[in-house]
Amino acid sequence: MDGSKGFDDALTGEQKIRNFNLNFGPQHPAAHGVLRLVLELDGEIVERCDPHIGLLHRGTEKLMESRTYLQNLPYFDRLDYVGTMNQEHPWCLAIEKLTGVEVPRRASLIRVLYCEMGRILNHLLNVTTQALDVGALTPPVWGFEEREKLMVFYERACGARLHAAYFRPGGVHQDLPPELIDDIDAWAEGFPKFLDDLDGLLTENRIFKQRNVDIGIITEDDVLNFGMSGVMARSVGMAWDLRRAQPYECYDEFEFQIPVGKNGDCYDRYLMRMEEMRQSAHIMRQACEKLRQPENQGDVLARGKITPPKRGEMKTSMEALIHHFKLYTEGFHVPEGEVYAAVEAPKGEFGVYLVADGSNRPYRAKIRAPGYLHLQALEHIANGHQLADVAAIIGTLDVVFGEIDR
Amino acid sequence: MVETALKELGAYVEAKRPDCVAGWEVANGELTVTVTPASIVGFVDFLKTDGTCRFSTLVDITAVDHPDRAKRFDVVYHFLSMFQNHRIRLKMAIREDEVVPSITEVHPSANWFEREVFDMFGILFSGHPDLRRILTDYGFRGYPLRKDFPTTGYVELRYDEAQKRVVYEPVKLVQEYRQFDFMSPWEGAQYILPGDEKGEGAKE
Repeated sequence: MDGSKGFDDALTGEQKIRNFNLNFGPQHPAAHGVLRLVLELDGEIVERCDPHIGLLHRGTEKLMESRTYLQNLPYFDRLDYVGTMNQEHPWCLAIEKLTGVEVPRRASLIRVLYCEMGRILNHLLNVTTQALDVGALTPPVWGFEEREKLMVFYERACGARLHAAYFRPGGVHQDLPPELIDDIDAWAEGFPKFLDDLDGLLTENRIFKQRNVDIGIITEDDVLNFGMSGVMARSVGMAWDLRRAQPYECYDEFEFQIPVGKNGDCYDRYLMRMEEMRQSAHIMRQACEKLRQPENQGDVLARGKITPPKRGEMKTSMEALIHHFKLYTEGFHVPEGEVYAAVEAPKGEFGVYLVADGSNRPYRAKIRAPGYLHLQALEHIANGHQLADVAAIIGTLDVVFGEIDR
Repeated sequence: MVETALKELGAYVEAKRPDCVAGWEVANGELTVTVTPASIVGFVDFLKTDGTCRFSTLVDITAVDHPDRAKRFDVVYHFLSMFQNHRIRLKMAIREDEVVPSITEVHPSANWFEREVFDMFGILFSGHPDLRRILTDYGFRGYPLRKDFPTTGYVELRYDEAQKRVVYEPVKLVQEYRQFDFMSPWEGAQYILPGDEKGEGAKE
């Protein structure tokens, strides 16, 4: 360590010890993105931890003010690029709330199906890469194979593997073919078997437990003081899930359990994410079942001012053609007002505060990302831990810089 | 059902704290309370501790810029009660030179939100422990989310091969930044269409 500047301990018989400052990131693989942490270490113990964020700041909120509502939708894919459709969802909900558009039943079911798929995509990445951070190399390789299959389902629905732009105000872009629903159902049936395998790899693994049990403990007070949500809040035993507490879409029709933790440590959060994946697969199977029923067939877009006309109609009707042209150039107008719409994204409460002034562009849109608050609490959680634990804690905080930096 | 509960809550809050509340309304199923800037800390503390409200979680702090108003900014707070399962929005209008009391004492999570509002709008918070910029570059100038800040920004950076470092330069656009105005003329466009001025002149 330092202490060499004109200091000779042979003369004074003393050792000058000062804390060691360490730059963690922004190019560290365990930082899960471009996080720069300025750590002050006393030996190996973290004394102070100052996260520097904003290295991925793209000015999304500023850009959104000069684009139409529909053009803004793809920006949401680029926030949390792990489970993208969950981000599009609150934007659509906010617009639907202001315009008073009712989403067709089938579109609502498809949204639930793909939101849960996004949750599994997110948790698979988080659980397995967190295991990688603490030294297990195999889980990511296994997990990414399943992610690959899910991304194929994304692709088959909307043509893109990540940046979907599939949820639209008023519904979803296109209907799912019946074969796709069958394939998703078959996948969701076999998925718990994969989770059992992953379980066998991690849950009772000695090294994994040593690195996670009793690390990064949070309490109920921390949850409230730091505004945590999602898995972080539930890990202390607060059964708070927006899907249950303030149901949106048609989540109230689905049967699912909300896992809660007891100790609020990294290991609890791992176990909860594993269980949430099981529950999500269960919801996906229910959604597939519902999507097959005859009463749930029909259109997937609420046809009207904010959605395009059908392709066939466009070929024959002049008005439909004009509507289509105006919709994709000028865009639709949203009545004046302000609204906050939130969903239970995989990482926590993801919300959009939208101020509309009656024109075709949002006057102001604020994106409320759960990771922003979780990362803020990092200093509080990591203080007193060893340097190596910081990586484990960042892993279970589940931060993705797309949404934190916006 | 929900609407009436929110109205009751709005009336309750106003009755309990008439000095802080300047008005309230329920729109789109959400309760918005207008508050006075000076009393924000006490009011937020009241919302957190009062048994009926129990707004224990701070969801968001942000601001909205209205350059044409005398009180230019709206500072907007969102709170959530996980115990009572309801939400509230607080709004206050402030002038550009006004300083807002920080609520970090009541809600530690306000720290980064207030830093972000300062970074993006230049609104100062008094009593904030560490009011630095958060999202923008080190040494950034200006407040990006103000309406008078151009979307393209003022500087761009590139790696200079000769100096072997990243250099900042004023933004050079190959093409003028285009902002299309889609308002149809019969919807009350504010600009003069080319040729219109001739018609006006001919009439006189």
